Amino acid sequence: MITLADISKNFGSTRAVNEISFTVREGETLILLGTSGCGKTTTLKMINRLIEPDSGTISINGQAISREKPEFLRRRIGYVMQNIGLFPHYTVAENIAVVPKLLKWNKEKTRERILELIEKLRLPNDCMNLFPHQLSGGQQQRVGLARALVADPAILLMDEPFGALDNVTRSGIQSEFKALEELKRKTIVMVTHDVQEAFELADRICLMDCGKIVQIGAPKDLLYKPASEFARKFLDSQRLALEFKVVTIKDIWEFLPVNILRGKVNALSATTDVWSAMEILSSTLNDKVQLFSDPETQQTKVINFQELSGAFHSYKQTRSHD
Amino acid sequence: MIEQQQSLWSFITEQADKLLAQTLQHLGLTFISLLLAIAIGLPLGILIARRGKLAGSVLGVAGVLQTIPSIALLGFMIPLLGIGAKPAIVALLIYALLPIIRNTYTGIVGIDRHIIEAANALGMSKTQILFRVELPLAMSVILAGIRTATVINVGVATLASFIAAGGLGEFIFGGISLNNSNMILAGAIPAALLAVILDFLLSRVQKLDFRKLRKVLYLIPLLILLLGGFYLLPATYGSKLKAGFTPEFMGRQDGDLGLKSVYGLEIPTTVISDAVMYKAAYEGELDVISGYSTDGRLKAFGLTILKDDKGIFPPYYAAPIVRQASLDKFSGLEDVLNLLAGKINDSLMTDLNYRTDYLKQTPERVAKDFLIREGLYKSPRNGHAGIVRIGSKIFGEQYILAEMYRMLIKGNTEYDVSTKTGLGGTKICFDALMNDQIDFYPEYTGTGLLVLLQPDPRVAKEIAHDRNRTYSYVKTTFQKKYQIRWLKPIGFNNTYALMMRKKQSEALNVSTITALKKYIDRN
Ligand SMILES: Nc1ncnc2c1ncn2[C@@H]1O[C@H](COP(=O)(O)OP(=O)(O)OP(=O)(O)O)[C@@H](O)[C@H]1O
Ligand SMILES: [Mg+2]
Repeated sequence: MITLADISKNFGSTRAVNEISFTVREGETLILLGTSGCGKTTTLKMINRLIEPDSGTISINGQAISREKPEFLRRRIGYVMQNIGLFPHYTVAENIAVVPKLLKWNKEKTRERILELIEKLRLPNDCMNLFPHQLSGGQQQRVGLARALVADPAILLMDEPFGALDNVTRSGIQSEFKALEELKRKTIVMVTHDVQEAFELADRICLMDCGKIVQIGAPKDLLYKPASEFARKFLDSQRLALEFKVVTIKDIWEFLPVNILRGKVNALSATTDVWSAMEILSSTLNDKVQLFSDPETQQTKVINFQELSGAFHSYKQTRSHD
Repeated sequence: MIEQQQSLWSFITEQADKLLAQTLQHLGLTFISLLLAIAIGLPLGILIARRGKLAGSVLGVAGVLQTIPSIALLGFMIPLLGIGAKPAIVALLIYALLPIIRNTYTGIVGIDRHIIEAANALGMSKTQILFRVELPLAMSVILAGIRTATVINVGVATLASFIAAGGLGEFIFGGISLNNSNMILAGAIPAALLAVILDFLLSRVQKLDFRKLRKVLYLIPLLILLLGGFYLLPATYGSKLKAGFTPEFMGRQDGDLGLKSVYGLEIPTTVISDAVMYKAAYEGELDVISGYSTDGRLKAFGLTILKDDKGIFPPYYAAPIVRQASLDKFSGLEDVLNLLAGKINDSLMTDLNYRTDYLKQTPERVAKDFLIREGLYKSPRNGHAGIVRIGSKIFGEQYILAEMYRMLIKGNTEYDVSTKTGLGGTKICFDALMNDQIDFYPEYTGTGLLVLLQPDPRVAKEIAHDRNRTYSYVKTTFQKKYQIRWLKPIGFNNTYALMMRKKQSEALNVSTITALKKYIDRN
């Protein structure tokens, strides 16, 4: 658990971070979202003491981090940089092995761990002895992630980790990232200015503006309960797409018609979001019909694309009357 | 050309021992100073990379040091460190410093700051960042600096011979003053080769990738130490007396060679430049030096001349040499120039030189004072009957003589005068005279004989010991060969001489070269 209490940081006359406080729960993914220059990176870097706050305290599991030697603190916090920052004079293996070396692991243990990560992160097997400049941008980013994960830190800080990638590569890595078992146990603080990415990956989003927190909460809250005009406007341009992503089958369950089951079809969980369901329906050859079941009530419904989109609109209508 | 090469080769084979010793000394000087420069420059470069505020001033100071002309820097070193290896190494070290500090600094500062940030974020300490990230990434830039420093040092180390620190400069500068191109080449070619080879080797090291570099980097300090070790100081002196001779003197029959063959004088000798030799003798760094008998510093530094009792130093009587055409053109010029004939003896000339060289009086004032004292001075007539062009070589005595002649001509004739002083060496002066760019300049009989006429060595040897025969030989030969007239000698003999401190000479009771030899043999 990470706690920031009344943290401020000035650079000369620029107030980069202005009295912010928040808590990141164990195993949670918190995403710092906001326009360029609003203090996201500064906030992130204060957590591993790359930047020292002017006032306020940061603690991890109740221990103030200012008590610990910065080097030791950083060795137990994974950090993925926007610019990747791989060492050009080290091979991939050596880059990943930096922290194990600092922690004085033996060679065998280090090697096994590197091989494990290379496989998990789907890096080519023969890349161990290549230098960073011999890899593609996406591969470099994976090596950066492997380097941060190698000592299995409980906390992972990520500064726009996918910022430098093209859209296709980015959504590929994003979904792999989401699926990565190793990350599910970790407390993650991630910075982005990409709203889609934030909604895709966050448990909670911390929306910032001019060094202050505008709103902190679950993606759905940001969408339907904006705390201010700024928060509402910030999401406006992508609202529809975000809603498709945030709303699940379960949310619109009551608006879906009940149909008779004919033949055998695949069942999807009701926690699937509307966006994914539409993607499946529009790509399937299976008579544009799929079956959904609600694990709690054990109900199943068979629907087609039109019925899905109709239910979504009815749901929206009732939300906006709330 | 072929003949030249063959004789160069034979010179090299003849002098192989000396050449090897000089090359090793040269390498030694270069690498000891390089090692020290790295030991100082690298930490300094790292420091200013860490504390940006210091960078400007440190680089500024190193830059200024770099711009001090090398000879001047060597000169500054002498009062502080004397002569020999120490001041030479310090001077070279100073030259090597700037490229090493600057490249270390730019190499480290130039590293992508995100990489340093990553190193920090992974939990490396400052020292770990320095050795694992900063130095390896800056290494090729730092090596480029070391490479530059090495090449500079190989070049500047040739000047070390000026202050008795040895190296290939002994041949180069000896050869230049002796007008012996084989000797120059025997020094210059190895020096150039050293620079090229070292530059090439370091460029290879620089291109190695980091992995191999790591291994090579451990070897480099060892290698440098080893090469530095070649420089064993000539510390095994047998006798208590030390001699310092100019490179020119070392190679001349009427110099060190004559001292060995005629007198059998064996004295531990270092090669040193004329500019610092007198001072070194004064300060007791050297006991016996080769000098010029009318040099003002003789007086300034309390030195005395040892009598050349076996007559190995030929006479160098000064006299104006004039184009016959000019004598015909400017009637009465000969009489005016002869006004100085026989007027200045050795000690008088030494005194006049002392005034300019040591008391820093202008040649003009010294000349005028002298003419007034001798009753020769007349106010200028400011005539315009034609311009007489006077030349002089580039040292004090010649400036004084040129001034005297200028005043005499302007006071006694209707002619105007232009002076072309400081015409480099003998060759330049004489060429100017032959090409009708000047009308006359003061020359020395010995120089006329041995440098300009260069007669058959047997002839030279026979006549060179007799002042009158030398004078009449150059006079008749110049007239015949060049239509140039030697007027009457001025009186002093500016010849080579061996000198000692007056006090030491009296204490040891050594006043002739033979006595010196006997003293050395006894001890
Ligand atoms: N080292 C620094 N020195 C001076 N000003 C700084 C420094 N770092 C950040 N700032 C300023 O502090 C403010 C916040 O910077 P920060 O890097 O935290 O923004 P950000 O939200 O990460 O922006 P971006 O999305 O563009 O990365 C900006 O106005 C920036 O100019
Ligand atoms: Mg940022």
